[in-house]
Amino acid sequence: MKQRNSTLVIGASLVGFSIAVFLLSFFWTPYDPLEIKPELSLTRPSAAHWLGTDENGRDILSNIIVGSRATLVVAMVSVMICMLLGVSIGVATAMSPKWVESPAVFGVDILLALPTVLLAIVLTAVYGPSTSTAVVAIGLALSAPVAQVTRREVKSILLADYVTAAKTSGSGSLRIVRKHILPNLRASLFVQASGASAIAILAEATLSYLGFGTPPPDPSWGRMMASLQQYLIVAPIFPLWPGLAIVITVLGFNLLGDGLREALDPTLRRQTD
Amino acid sequence: MLLQVRGLTVRFGDDVVVDDVSFDLDSGQRLGIIGESGAGKTLTSLAVIGLLPDTASVQGSIVFDGVELLEKTDAEMTLLRGNRIGMVFQEPLTALNPLMRVGRQIAQPLRIHRGMRMKAALDRATELCARVGLPDPERMARMFPHQLSGGQRQRIGLAIALACGPSLLIADEPTSALDVTVQEEVLKLIDGLVKQEGSSLVFVSHDLPVVATMTERVAVMRGGKIVELADTRDLLDSPRHEYSQLLIRAANSSDDDFLNLARLGKT
Amino acid sequence: MTAMFQTESLCRTFKLPRTRVLGAHASRRALDSINLTVNPGDRLGIVGESGSGKTTLARLLLGLDVPTAGSVSFLGETLPLADMKSFRRQVQAVFQDPRSSLNPRMSVADIVREPLECLNIEESHSARVDESLAAVGLSKEICARFPHELSGGQRQRVAIARALASRPRLLIADEPVSALDVLIRDEVTAVLSGLTTNLGLTLIIISHDLKVIARLCDKILVLHRGIAVEHGAVADVFRSPTHEVTQRLIASVPRMPVARNAP
Repeated sequence: MKQRNSTLVIGASLVGFSIAVFLLSFFWTPYDPLEIKPELSLTRPSAAHWLGTDENGRDILSNIIVGSRATLVVAMVSVMICMLLGVSIGVATAMSPKWVESPAVFGVDILLALPTVLLAIVLTAVYGPSTSTAVVAIGLALSAPVAQVTRREVKSILLADYVTAAKTSGSGSLRIVRKHILPNLRASLFVQASGASAIAILAEATLSYLGFGTPPPDPSWGRMMASLQQYLIVAPIFPLWPGLAIVITVLGFNLLGDGLREALDPTLRRQTD
Repeated sequence: MLLQVRGLTVRFGDDVVVDDVSFDLDSGQRLGIIGESGAGKTLTSLAVIGLLPDTASVQGSIVFDGVELLEKTDAEMTLLRGNRIGMVFQEPLTALNPLMRVGRQIAQPLRIHRGMRMKAALDRATELCARVGLPDPERMARMFPHQLSGGQRQRIGLAIALACGPSLLIADEPTSALDVTVQEEVLKLIDGLVKQEGSSLVFVSHDLPVVATMTERVAVMRGGKIVELADTRDLLDSPRHEYSQLLIRAANSSDDDFLNLARLGKT
Repeated sequence: MTAMFQTESLCRTFKLPRTRVLGAHASRRALDSINLTVNPGDRLGIVGESGSGKTTLARLLLGLDVPTAGSVSFLGETLPLADMKSFRRQVQAVFQDPRSSLNPRMSVADIVREPLECLNIEESHSARVDESLAAVGLSKEICARFPHELSGGQRQRVAIARALASRPRLLIADEPVSALDVLIRDEVTAVLSGLTTNLGLTLIIISHDLKVIARLCDKILVLHRGIAVEHGAVADVFRSPTHEVTQRLIASVPRMPVARNAP
């Protein structure tokens, strides 16, 4: 009897919720998030504005809803980039001869050492702040840990007898990757993607907070935190909302990743004879 | 009666992996538990020493030296483990702490259960290294597990298990991972030490010839149940249960080709 | 008659990781000057304890590794052959661990079919898959199953079926029954034994278990720390072993006690 995987359920629900909000943003928001009404500046949550208004009188709830777009789009696209790049590098290095593998691993290690934010700042300085710059920076930075983990997993798969059997069956390297390595990596990739999503979301929020991500006027949770933080002492409820949005989404992906690992980990079997 | 097991049943959820197992073991006696993989032999021995995973639910009774073990807490069992009941495992590499010198690992039970000071415990550990047949025991005691061969590691495992002179030694496939020449030496060692200490032995294995030479009584397990429990001699000569007959026939015929070629007799 | 396999002073040395930053690499001699001849129809057993070099030898014979010195020839040609596919069609292998010798994500049919696809076999693939499974005593309905649904013995038989798919002339089996339960061992051993009689296969069995060798082989090669210490007919070597390593191996084999009511 499998124990109830509550981590997976909670994680999936939170992620599902975030995605629902994201989809909702295309159809309906209580107010136009960009509409400025200076007379309503910083009103507390009320029946009219459930989460209150920001310093420019913009409805916070609407901004949170539309802000999910920046977050999730950046997260999804950068995760796609980092997975494609990371898995390709991971598989390629694991199967290369030593003289190719060693310098490549060294390169990945260097990339790992670079903080995402630093890379983004460099790229932004060159190309100007935008969603795409953030996406590329995060995607590149995250490809390093993915490459490292993938490389280790592939090396362990390569030790299995069924890979040796594939070689004696005449299978070439490309076929071995296609038929033997990738299918057995699937579980690990799902887990890695969930973890990478959580980091990507946090990274995007950080970049926006610092002014290097999605530029105004497009709503973004990170930038909202930056502009509302000055009211932290006086009225903490304002920066709380975007902060909460970030926490819930990041937590959701983290729990999803943990839950998937629990569900898919074949080593968590009971001890037998 | 040193050990009395009655109606031992171990479950993982709805899965019954040990089914109503009962046997006795007197002081100085040796019992073999034989069966194929999945038969429940290891889980039975883990139940006795109290090392079943948390997800297992246990019923029945295990009385060791007059005390019901299944009622004991983990803390209370810890007092028995390595002290009155010792266990040797199959895989010497994973049973030892890779980061601790083997002498210290032997010293641990001595310090915990006998309250010995480190120096005294380490000295005794070196003596035990010699006792389990390791050459140059002082040097050996300072080694790390990965520096030793499989056979040497298993001897260390024995030294740890026997450090406090337990009345019961449980050996779970202790030689299955070893080369056949090393296996012979380690089996002789277990035999000798158990005799010297006067301990009882529970010997778990899938290898019938090995069990046959090490024990006086054998329990044949299959699908979690004991299908036959008899004196070793009786079991080999006239097995009653169909499954035992299959096992013995297979072991004999596997021997035959080899023995015929080698013109050797049986032991 | 050309020998199937011939090795000349075959050596394989492995470089060990450096223990000091600027020191030289230590090396480990896994195989030293092995001269081996395998003729068609032979049933050779390669025996040794761990570290004896048996698996290294198997990998060299299969062309999965390159010797440090010496050579391996197949039917007179030195490995690696120009046409490795042809070599692989003729020389196949079965490995030890039934748990890892089959890809957990592939069905039995796909597993057995793989050599047919990779080696450009012209016969009908599905017919060949069925025949191979039948040759190991498995029925067609196992085709759709996955490895985790099979028992250890069934998995090992699927592995043998995969090896038979390309109609090889020689089969190398590395510890084919060591990881199996005793009762299952008999079944699989019987399958392997039948292959030589029914299909005329040349067999090389690698094992540490002399009883398995006794049942399956007529010639034996004993390895110890990379060196061939003894070789010859199984009957001769078992009966009168000349080298002390062989003598110890034979003496250490655990034997069943004599039955009291034996004649």
